[in-house]
Amino acid sequence: MKGSDEKSPIAQQIDDNLRKVYTSALEENVPDRFLRLLAELRERENNA
Amino acid sequence: MSVAPVDPREDLVNHLPAMRAFAISLTRNHAAADDLVQDTIVKAWRNIERFTPGTDLKAWLFTILRNTFYSDIRKRKHEVADPDGLFAASLSEKPAHDAKLAFNDFLVAFDKLSPEQREVLILVGANGYSYEEAAGMMGVAIGTAKSRANRARNRLCDLLGMSSTRDDLVRSDSATLAVVIRSAYSAA
Repeated sequence: MKGSDEKSPIAQQIDDNLRKVYTSALEENVPDRFLRLLAELRERENNA
Repeated sequence: MSVAPVDPREDLVNHLPAMRAFAISLTRNHAAADDLVQDTIVKAWRNIERFTPGTDLKAWLFTILRNTFYSDIRKRKHEVADPDGLFAASLSEKPAHDAKLAFNDFLVAFDKLSPEQREVLILVGANGYSYEEAAGMMGVAIGTAKSRANRARNRLCDLLGMSSTRDDLVRSDSATLAVVIRSAYSAA
């Protein structure tokens, strides 16, 4: 069997759906707790 | 206009959505994903001197994130949190057209993969990382990353009732083998 790099329609469909799964998570709003955490870490360092 | 060298920690904020999307892909649970992102941020902050400026910060963060995820599983020795089906829930409200239905089916199948299988597919299929880069993040050989991805794709095809030619070959081979083994047993 020759290892071909071209994608089958099924592989293409799977990749489209994978990108959709990832992108839908990517587009969610980032919770404020992470921004607060970053600010806290910066603060702690400035005070150290 | 020249850009002053920036503390990579100032860049962490830009990777929050990606970290979170990757964490959600691994855990399939928003609460677990957010805890994981929290731990990753703290570790990244404290170990920033280990990051090589000019290299891929997102890949570095992904590596910390997935290492934390798997070491948590090993430490706690309990199962990964149940998928909370958030994607499926948000989409199931309107079974409008076929594309959406197909995506919903895909999500159900995706949830059934192992975290390792979801990981390699998300890194390569969704993020566009090469197998070499993905293998580097996962701490495995390239061949391992490739075969893991192939198995994951085949499993998705099985779960979705789609058949790929190669998959059919594999299946008929193992079916044949099963028959051979069974007849060997009954002959004994």
